[in-house]
Amino acid sequence: MNFLLEIGTEEIPHWMIPAALDQLAKLDLLGAKPTLDASPRRLVVRASEVPERMPDREEILKGPPVSAGERAASGFAKKQGVDPSEVKPKGGYYELHKRIPGRRAIDILAESLPTAILAIQWPKTMYWTGGKLGPRFIRPIRWIVALLGEQIIPFEIAGVKSGNITRGHRQLGSYSIPVGIADYESELRDNFVILSSSERREKIRAEAFALGAKIDSALLETLTFITEYPTAIRGDFDPAYLELPSEVLTTVMRHHQKYFAVESSPGVLAPHFVAVMNTSGDPEGLVKTGNERVLRARFNDARFFWDTDQHKKLADRVEDLAHITFQAKLGSYKDKTENVVALVHELAGNEYAQRAALLSKCDLTTGMVKEFTDLQGIVGGLYAKAQGEPEPVWRAIYEHYKPISMEDSIPSTPEGQIVSLADKLDTLRSCFSIGLAPTGSKDPFALRRAAQGVVKILVEARLGYRLDQLASGDLRDFLIDRMQHYFREIRGFKYDEVNAVLAAGVTTLADMEDRLKALAAIRPTENFEPLAASCKRIRNILKQAEFQPDGASVKSDLLESGPERNLANHLAAFVHEGETDYGRRLLKISAFRPHVDLFFDKVLVNAPDPKIRANRLTLLSNLLSEFSTIADFSEIVTTGEQKL
Amino acid sequence: MDCFQDTVSKLKRYWAGCGCIIQEPYDVEVGAGTMCPETYLRVLGPKPYRVAYVQPSRRPADGRYGENPNRLYKHQQLQVILKPSPDNVLDQYLASLQAIGIDLIKHDIKFEEDNWEAPTLGAWGIGWQVMLDGLEITQFTYFQQCGGLDLDLVPAEITYGLERISAFLQGVESVYDIEWAPGVKYSDVRLADEVEFSRYNFDLANVDRLWRLLAEHEAECKDLLAAKVPLPAYDQVLKCSHLFNLLDARGALSVTERVGVIKRVRDLAVGVARVWMDQQAPAQQEAA
Repeated sequence: MNFLLEIGTEEIPHWMIPAALDQLAKLDLLGAKPTLDASPRRLVVRASEVPERMPDREEILKGPPVSAGERAASGFAKKQGVDPSEVKPKGGYYELHKRIPGRRAIDILAESLPTAILAIQWPKTMYWTGGKLGPRFIRPIRWIVALLGEQIIPFEIAGVKSGNITRGHRQLGSYSIPVGIADYESELRDNFVILSSSERREKIRAEAFALGAKIDSALLETLTFITEYPTAIRGDFDPAYLELPSEVLTTVMRHHQKYFAVESSPGVLAPHFVAVMNTSGDPEGLVKTGNERVLRARFNDARFFWDTDQHKKLADRVEDLAHITFQAKLGSYKDKTENVVALVHELAGNEYAQRAALLSKCDLTTGMVKEFTDLQGIVGGLYAKAQGEPEPVWRAIYEHYKPISMEDSIPSTPEGQIVSLADKLDTLRSCFSIGLAPTGSKDPFALRRAAQGVVKILVEARLGYRLDQLASGDLRDFLIDRMQHYFREIRGFKYDEVNAVLAAGVTTLADMEDRLKALAAIRPTENFEPLAASCKRIRNILKQAEFQPDGASVKSDLLESGPERNLANHLAAFVHEGETDYGRRLLKISAFRPHVDLFFDKVLVNAPDPKIRANRLTLLSNLLSEFSTIADFSEIVTTGEQKL
Repeated sequence: MDCFQDTVSKLKRYWAGCGCIIQEPYDVEVGAGTMCPETYLRVLGPKPYRVAYVQPSRRPADGRYGENPNRLYKHQQLQVILKPSPDNVLDQYLASLQAIGIDLIKHDIKFEEDNWEAPTLGAWGIGWQVMLDGLEITQFTYFQQCGGLDLDLVPAEITYGLERISAFLQGVESVYDIEWAPGVKYSDVRLADEVEFSRYNFDLANVDRLWRLLAEHEAECKDLLAAKVPLPAYDQVLKCSHLFNLLDARGALSVTERVGVIKRVRDLAVGVARVWMDQQAPAQQEAA
């Protein structure tokens, strides 16, 4: 049977809708697979082939013992509501194979749907009826359509009874539309609701593109889920505003007004914008005019801020940072600035970097950043440039929040890299010092992102700081965890490769990257995995023998000629060469494979003579430690192990 | 074309028709219509209430010496409280826009997530900003908590920005060009106090005296709370809140002071809410 559930609500925040649908995808429809759709005012689940009822099943009921006689048997049958002939003796007892008819789907769903709907997890919920003990949802539920075939699945949530009445677009559609499953989507369309989010997305994309919009995928997603009937229109603004920095104009359009920017050529803004309405058209141009007026006011604000902010230079705003809280327990941005400047100094940043660090947060006191907060840093950089700060300084300020995500690039200059590093590292150190390390999904200070940024800068700028020099204790562990995440998820190294390199020592992140690259390159070669397996064997042998390396060298006179002496000679030559290039060194190590194999083939490590045994263990121990300077091969998961 | 005062009276008339008491503005400085006792106290407890009023709202830090066409130290809100919120509350709201001459079919209306929180009042709610052709014209909030107390009947709070709506309806670029009454512009009525109060808020207010006044009003509030008179006590909370805003605009608050004063005001506000609720309790028992 066909199934339709429409949860009709007041406007749901756009960004929460996809996650809610993911949860509804798990809705139990007696095995039928749900398909999902949503607009800001409705979450919709449809399915076909929902069974009409659950299959019948048989239950075996044990009755009185046979010894109790037939009278007891018929009493049992009567109690179960069956003919006495159905009760049969088995194994000394009467028993009944009772047929339990499967429950009807409509009854099951009427029972399960209210719970399932209210079980949807939202980032923030509200109550709207029945006081705080009332049902909680993201926004009030105002209607529910619940149909199985022709029938209404009867239930009630928050005083709203399920039915077959939906609602159209707020302004263009009808308030009350009786629907069946077959005509549901077309009825909505007739009432100016495009149910399919992919159809809305494509409509916006196509119309906006035709109007010259530079399509921004995050904005496209937002617009898809704040409209039921999207239509794009183009508006214009006075080209005089193009004198303002394009960063400012774009932010105003995209983040504040949800407009697409229009470019005349790549990277050059044109004096137009594309707005997406939640209605079918703008025949009188009223919406266009309205949006243009709003944008003009916004641009005027920006120009006002741009002009008035210049009256006080960034350098004169450092003291004002004392009035802006960084974190209640950690003090103001002035305190934070002092920390960052000191840290840049400690990290041997040059005077440009120190100047940039000093000015980096000053834009927080400007009207522009108070109004357009996502422009922090960028505005500071632009102001510093306008106020004659040298390029390395203003550029470092401009870019010091980068990278803002794992996909974002790191600052482009050494000064920017060091200021960004110091800023993030200071935040991490300060927060960890007062016990604000992130726990589980809670990370109010975005410390994971800060740590990712630290890792990304250290690796990609190839900075020469050892991790141990930058952090200790929990913070060191946290950074190592983020480093593993970065190398695995962003760079695609295998988890055991990352572990192997980590186990061989925490150095600078650039060095660890080099070692990882060399390891990943050697890994597919034929000698490598068998050698890794041998390393594991050596480690186990040393462990079993409780061997403690005492720094003694291998005693040549105790070596048996043949495989043992051969291996020792190779090792001595290898040590003597002292190859430092990771790739070549690994190649040479893997060339040990036949010698190691032969050794294990022919030589008994556990020799009866304790002196010889100790000498052999020393040989193996030296071999392992020479091999393990780049990566600890015993961490490598070899093919044989994976099969296990 | 409607002048400012026409639009205001049409909105009041509309909400009166929806069963609201039409109150007059509260006569103590507030930063928003929410802070008036008609909202702050009336939303507490189990008694239904519907009220609408214009509230001039003072935000010292928002002043721009009358130079910015869209920023005001003091703007006017039309505040509507529907307690409990009716099921069709958004439809009622949209009809109010029709009532002031906005043909909804010809415009683009969006409800965009915007939750509201006022730490100094221990209050928060869930809602939207209502966008009309890209212009934010209304803040809509379902109150969840007020004075640190969970609410028995969830009220809808609808706050219209009257200058913005009038500028939109009249098609003017600057609030100062709004026609307040026939032949009288907004600037004729209000420009002088924008200029002078910006000077006062940013440059002239005597910081030491503000601190002393804050302490005095706080002390008065505590005495009044001890005497179990929440309404006069609440006036003192509003005085403290406004003094805090003035100190802030003067740049006189260090980080720790800021946190400290917010907490002092919040403690007073929460105290008032408690005493008010205690007084409601006997009435509830009578009703039961």
